Amino acid sequence: MISVIRDALIIAGKDIVSELKSKQTVGMMVIFSILVIMIFSFAFDPVDRIIRNVIPGLIWVITIFSGILGLNRSFVSEFENSCLSGLRLAPVDPVSIYLGKAAANFIFVSIVQLFSVPLLFILFDYKLKGSFIWLLAIIFVGTFGFIIIGTFLAGLAANAKNSEMLLPLLLLPLLSPLVIAAVQATRVVIENESFGEAISWIRLMAGYDLLFTAVCILLFEYILEDT
Amino acid sequence: MRLCSKYIDKALFYVLVIFFPIILYLVFVWSPIEKVMGPAQKIFYFHVGCAWVAFLAFFIVGIYSVWSLIRPNINSFITAGVSAEIGVLFTSIALVTGMIWGKTSWNTWWSWEPRLVTTGILWFIYVAYLFIRKMDGPWQKISKLSSVFGIVGCLNVPIVFMATRWWNTKLHPIVFGEGKNETGGGLDPEMLLTLVFSLLTITLLYVFLMRKGVEIERMRMVVKNCKNEIMNKLTIRED
Amino acid sequence: MLEIKNLTKVISRRPIIKNVSLTLNDGEIMAVLGPNGAGKSTLFKCVAGLLKPTNGEIMIDGKKLKTGSVSAKKRIGFLGHDSFLYSNMTPVENLMFYGKLYRVNDLENKIERLLKETGLFLFKDVPVGSFSKGMVQKLAIARVLLPEPEILLLDEPHSGLDQSAVLFLNRYILDRKKTGKSVLFISHDLNAVYGLADRAVVLKNGKIVEASGEGGWENLDRLKTWYEQAVAG
Repeated sequence: MISVIRDALIIAGKDIVSELKSKQTVGMMVIFSILVIMIFSFAFDPVDRIIRNVIPGLIWVITIFSGILGLNRSFVSEFENSCLSGLRLAPVDPVSIYLGKAAANFIFVSIVQLFSVPLLFILFDYKLKGSFIWLLAIIFVGTFGFIIIGTFLAGLAANAKNSEMLLPLLLLPLLSPLVIAAVQATRVVIENESFGEAISWIRLMAGYDLLFTAVCILLFEYILEDT
Repeated sequence: MRLCSKYIDKALFYVLVIFFPIILYLVFVWSPIEKVMGPAQKIFYFHVGCAWVAFLAFFIVGIYSVWSLIRPNINSFITAGVSAEIGVLFTSIALVTGMIWGKTSWNTWWSWEPRLVTTGILWFIYVAYLFIRKMDGPWQKISKLSSVFGIVGCLNVPIVFMATRWWNTKLHPIVFGEGKNETGGGLDPEMLLTLVFSLLTITLLYVFLMRKGVEIERMRMVVKNCKNEIMNKLTIRED
Repeated sequence: MLEIKNLTKVISRRPIIKNVSLTLNDGEIMAVLGPNGAGKSTLFKCVAGLLKPTNGEIMIDGKKLKTGSVSAKKRIGFLGHDSFLYSNMTPVENLMFYGKLYRVNDLENKIERLLKETGLFLFKDVPVGSFSKGMVQKLAIARVLLPEPEILLLDEPHSGLDQSAVLFLNRYILDRKKTGKSVLFISHDLNAVYGLADRAVVLKNGKIVEASGEGGWENLDRLKTWYEQAVAG
């Protein structure tokens, strides 16, 4: 168990080091998320008060769309020089590969959120009425679930030639309950309505996270396995 | 065994040939016209049947997915695929009939009603599943990948339903009552009988289509294998 | 000791390897020869654990090898056609990464030594992506040698190497032979086979058509005629 986590950290570390050098993936994700915000404000008049209603949703839209960009790279980069075969040959549990990749992706998406979410608030002159800690907790739980299932499906889709197109197709339907819950919980916390409602949504997200973490860990070796 | 399965197919076919006129008669002539909605309510009998088969078919996909991970074999791979294909068909019918129902009942084509939304998401999951099966590679590999997705997708469906229901009650606090079946407690015995009969018929139709589909897929496999073998022989001769 | 027993591999109904049996003793170097498409690389991938055999067994020291077992992976070093190296990272980073995964002790010194021996020490901080084919091959070999595996599986190790690197590799392989470790390698270069191998087998259309006795060959020409006969017959 400890060695599984150790190996996962080594693999995540490798991804982070190589990202620190190029800064390409995260850089593009940040730029893309800002562009999505821009496009949304063209779509809904930013001066209008309607835009305020879509901000909780917008947080998740930018997370998911920019996240998919990073997820696509995550496994495709391992196919260059068949590095994934190298990992499979190494004395490493497949679960470590999955967890390592997921950890790196989680960090990348969190960095993107670090830029884009405050920017969202600034651009629309939006003030957080609820508790900041709860907002962080909701973003953490939601992003966690997104990365867990996203990394899993990215690994699955990477087997196809058109993986960039396949991944969103696989991922978005499966994400739908998480998105509903995350957006609702975010809305409750931001607008500081009754607090209890957010908790049931967080519970739903946590259940989703736990269930799919277990399932993905169990099933990941089938994705890696060659016939 | 083979002969037996041929008889089952024949029997199913004739049963369906007899059942379909009966169900049409029951739905359009025999069962009473609903007071509020009028004749449009009749679509309900087909809608419920198709929706039920849509979920059943995906459940079957899930079961065969688990099975083909435990013991990979070509039969469960084929069966899961055929079930998914038929599932897409019934999900589409259920969606269209559901929308027609929504239009007459609540005057919107799409009501964001949890059952309808779940069916919609189910449709997307089905299509994604079929896309995975269209990937190229040896069937063992495709079988593994699609099974993994089938299992994850299957687990997701109840969660989607739960989430959309909570979401819905929050957005529209009890505007339409509980779901589309507001006839609920007051379903006439004639209506109930018709409904049960239509469920039975459509499920039988699913079973029939499954058997035929699996048979066709197997034939395809045989043809493909023959082709491969011929190719192999030709290439070896060239050496 | 590596034993391959009745190994069969079928890929989409096409038999690539048919009922191959091989025994590689400790301290033995064996060459696998054969024309293109004979199934040599597939055989190696099965032994390394990248592919699952359709039938048959692979045993190390009499114990059956389970695909995916962590302890077995550590004992086998596999050099494939692909380098398994990350092109945006430097040689040192690549080797550090794999070294950590293989739990190599005294990692830094070992990496330094290997890089010096392969002649890549000057380029230790240059991303692998800008390397020439030969340099990549050298680093790939260094990657395989780093954890000091008991059984080396080398798929055309000499391709793309310059003379000094060939010498290094051959010397290394012969050194390891003395310590009782075994090497299985694929080569089209009969010179290298003559210089290194104790035994050779010829694979054709997925079958072993000829296996030489122990003790090598009297001279290179003998080996050449032997090989040609094996392929033709």
